[in-house]
Amino acid sequence: MTQADFYSILPILTILLWALLLLLADLWIPKERKSMTALLAAIGLAVGVGLSLSQIGQTALTFKGMLMLDSFAVFLNIIYLVSGILAIALSYDYLKRMGIERGEYYVLMMFSIAGMMLLSQAYNLIVVFLAIEFLSIPLYIMAGFARPRLESEEAALKYFLLGTFSSGFLLYGIALIFGATKTIGLEGILASLNGGEANLVLFIAGAALMLVGFGFKVAVAPFHEWAPDVYQGSPTPASAFMAVSVKAAGFAVLLRIFLTAFPSLAQQLMPVVWGVAALTMVVGNVLAINQTNLKRLLAYSSIAHAGYLMMAFVSASNPNQTGQAVSSMLYYLVAYGLTTFGAWAVVVSLEQAEGKGLDLDDYAGVGQKYPWLGAAMLVFMLSLSGIPLTIGFWGKFFLFRTTVQAGFTGLALVGLLTSLISVYYYLRVVVYMFMRPGEPRVRRDSWLSLVVVGAALAVVLLSVLPSRLLEMAAQAVLRLQ
Amino acid sequence: MPMSYFIGLSVVMFAMGILGVLLRRNPLVVFMSLELMFNSANLLFVAFSAYHQVLDGQLFVFFVMTTAAAEVAVGLALIVAIFKAKRTIDLDQMSSLKG
Repeated sequence: MTQADFYSILPILTILLWALLLLLADLWIPKERKSMTALLAAIGLAVGVGLSLSQIGQTALTFKGMLMLDSFAVFLNIIYLVSGILAIALSYDYLKRMGIERGEYYVLMMFSIAGMMLLSQAYNLIVVFLAIEFLSIPLYIMAGFARPRLESEEAALKYFLLGTFSSGFLLYGIALIFGATKTIGLEGILASLNGGEANLVLFIAGAALMLVGFGFKVAVAPFHEWAPDVYQGSPTPASAFMAVSVKAAGFAVLLRIFLTAFPSLAQQLMPVVWGVAALTMVVGNVLAINQTNLKRLLAYSSIAHAGYLMMAFVSASNPNQTGQAVSSMLYYLVAYGLTTFGAWAVVVSLEQAEGKGLDLDDYAGVGQKYPWLGAAMLVFMLSLSGIPLTIGFWGKFFLFRTTVQAGFTGLALVGLLTSLISVYYYLRVVVYMFMRPGEPRVRRDSWLSLVVVGAALAVVLLSVLPSRLLEMAAQAVLRLQ
Repeated sequence: MPMSYFIGLSVVMFAMGILGVLLRRNPLVVFMSLELMFNSANLLFVAFSAYHQVLDGQLFVFFVMTTAAAEVAVGLALIVAIFKAKRTIDLDQMSSLKG
């Protein structure tokens, strides 16, 4: 291992080592002071952010071409780490309140983040597969963490079975691609494709199976069925973490593989991806209309947003728009992540034990009794539906603009129409909060309030200066061949 | 033996795995079907590895086996936990999550 190799994975190593030490140290932390573990985990992630920031602007192919450190990976690593810190802030009080405060939770979250970071740097299909397993296995446990609550256990089993099922597809796809190209390195695959040595039948079958595998992971229609159940049953902060970072990780690796190694294929698969994107937007938004459980509502909303993100994938197949598509997708991920964390934080503050306090009726009167919480939720809901003066609007704006410029006006139109549908169910939450009388019970916790207020401010303030963040996202595009 | 035999066998195994996951209601059988899917991919890796005279495929199989073992550990623990709470592990009776 050379020094460059070591340096390129320094943030990942730090997080891993920190998590392992924390797992040990947690044994000596008394049961009633598990907040200490949370704090230590958050510090570890913050150190990781610092190290990742020091890697900005670097490009290095390390470990004999198995890992790629580029600004795309660094940008995503920072997203995962920050979302981890936010998830810890949400979990801190929640776990205590639900009586499931155990130190492993934070360690598992750190393991999962390390897997995501490895995934964003993966440049070889072995690393892709291992990183996906590495990020998923801790999440299966986190989904079942509210044990012995049956909902949580069932969610974990469902997530586990479908996650493994999707890994099977992914693995078979990788095997076929190995058979077609004699190699599992992304650069070797590209060379073999360009050289015309690859067996195209095997290759296309393999790429299609990989697409199915990733489709399950990021929950796009028709592979979305598991998401609402899993998000509903899991501990709420874990659902928020899954909704943001797992989705980001899945899309990152999808872009990395399909744009780096299979660029010629991207055009052939485009009609399929077009259909998947449109179907996901329609299914997610239409099914969300009837939901009264807030966790399920946000789950369907996350499916719909996966459809919007898929749109960037479609426009990336137009070679002139690839850079733009990637940067608008990264921008959208940041916008979606911030807003989603805020919305889930509101859900966490209203949730009561035994899965109560999650129904729309429980939100009645929140706006009158707690105007700040109501206002924050209003901001998040506006941002999720893409209404101006929020960051969500700019996310959609850049995404739709790129899609139209890449020549997919029809898809952009589907996106626009489904966004209009989404306004109905997002604003219904706000209507319940402000227009219906009720006796809501809200949990006050300073970390939770900090996330709610911070996310709401960020959503509004970043919308005033959209170009700065877009510039950062534009600098973070993939190093393409 | 021609390569197509290996591909054929592995496709059959993979299809059996998928059908098992979709049709069987006992999580342990679903589990075995998942393993079948993984192993069909392993077979393909090894066969292609020998066919192309490249070692990458055989290397991959080791990693797949270890991750499959890790997954089984988590999965069986989940099944045991659910059995403790419900006294049944039938997948059709997992219906506490509905919207």
